[in-house]
Amino acid sequence: MAHALSMIVNGREVNAHVEARTLLVDFLRDHLGLTGTHVGCDTSQCGACVVQINGLSVKACTVLAMQADGADVTTIEGLAEGETLHPMQQAFQDHHGLQCGFCTPGMVMSALDIVRRHPDPSEAQIRDGLKGNFCRCTGYGSIVEAVQAGAKAMR
Amino acid sequence: MYDFAYHRPCSLKDALALLAESPEARPLAGGQTLLPVMKQRLAAPSALVDLSGVPELRGIDLSPQAVTIGALTTHAEIAESAEVTQAIPALSAMAAKIGDQQVRHRGTLGGSIANNDPAADYPAALLGLDAVVVTDRREIAAADFFIDILETALQPGELVVAVRFPIPRTAAYARMDQPASRFALVGVFVGVMQDGGVRVAVTGAGPCVFRQGEMETSLTHSFRPEALAGLDIAAEGLNSDLHGSPEYRAHLIGVLARRAVVACL
Ligand SMILES: Cc1cc2nc3c(=O)[nH]c(=O)nc-3n(C[C@H](O)[C@H](O)[C@H](O)COP(=O)(O)OP(=O)(O)OC[C@H]3O[C@@H](n4cnc5c(N)ncnc54)[C@H](O)[C@@H]3O)c2cc1C
Ligand code: FES
Ligand code: FES
Repeated sequence: MAHALSMIVNGREVNAHVEARTLLVDFLRDHLGLTGTHVGCDTSQCGACVVQINGLSVKACTVLAMQADGADVTTIEGLAEGETLHPMQQAFQDHHGLQCGFCTPGMVMSALDIVRRHPDPSEAQIRDGLKGNFCRCTGYGSIVEAVQAGAKAMR
Repeated sequence: MYDFAYHRPCSLKDALALLAESPEARPLAGGQTLLPVMKQRLAAPSALVDLSGVPELRGIDLSPQAVTIGALTTHAEIAESAEVTQAIPALSAMAAKIGDQQVRHRGTLGGSIANNDPAADYPAALLGLDAVVVTDRREIAAADFFIDILETALQPGELVVAVRFPIPRTAAYARMDQPASRFALVGVFVGVMQDGGVRVAVTGAGPCVFRQGEMETSLTHSFRPEALAGLDIAAEGLNSDLHGSPEYRAHLIGVLARRAVVACL
């Protein structure tokens, strides 16, 4: 059965009809074309799909679109201002916080959650805050540096 | 996952009525266990009753004797709660270690105990603190609530409303992470109740959370880590998987119980 759904995505109101089983990540990617949010696993473990709901980071593959009815959702596409990258995105570029880039949208969204909780995060706080994000390329060292630099640029 | 009917009631009464209506309906709290299980088609409920709009399931209430936490309270909210941290710091510290930040933003106390995963953390706190599960129709002591692997005393259609934790003299939880699943490989909760009674609850080691009676006796006699030396923890009946043998888990119970006692002192 189709359910009426309405939410704010990256500041813009969207209205749609979805099946109850539609996951938020599929709604974002397939219905709205926001393919920056990735799907890296089937088990809620990799964090490639992290977005914010009402300012809190969540795994969009483990939330029904209907659970976000009425919510304010931010995806990786909502961060840059035109051609100017968000300071956290810029920090990932400057500090080689990515190689293939598949994990990067989720990493950046989780990084913003770390900064929300710890404006000046320690390495331990960063590593703990990235526990739900897998990277198969970098070995994490450069990601940690990027988050530290991004947090500094945001202060 | 298979499709289902979706409801988001705005009161406990409506939620219970929707659950009573169809025996195949399931409550949905944070969805951090139920949705992955449905994605794998290991569960296919006919309807989901989303509890997020039910105000009766929310809130943290602190009294001199106990802290009562609504079933819908997320792990992150418990981790950050000033009331919980003041009353039972071991409980907020436990919540802060569950899974990862994204799971903690959605997963709830009620969903975790209703699910009763053999490696879930909260069951150890409930059993180790002699907590009471408050449902829509009765109160159930933790000792009677957790029955077996993924099995609780909840009847079909019965909802956890809150959990009431007595405030202990002191308590601590020590867990060995299983980094791939982010659950505990083994976790041990030690609580010293106001009457001086010591409780030791173990999760992750067996099919269901359990109390370690020999350790409780030794620690009641002398609440020191040395009191646990020489206790032989039986490996019989403990879980065996690629992450650890029953013998390894038995060994961890001893190590983690000592760490928890040290943290209490
Ligand atoms: C990557 C990952 C890591 C995790 N790591 C840990 C960990 O380290 N430790 C740990 O303990 N857990 C861990 N979990 C599980 C997590 O804590 C879940 O949030 C929790 O087990 C279920 O809570 P929920 O609110 O998400 O429940 P849901 O998934 O919504 O529901 C779970 C079950 O409980 C039922 N239910 C929900 N609420 C109620 C209620 N009020 N009354 C009656 N029945 C109800 C549902 O019908 C369902 O059967 C992890 C999960 C993931 C995905
Ligand atoms: S896609 Fe892997 S956690 Fe969501
Ligand atoms: S950059 Fe390739 S997975 Fe992280």
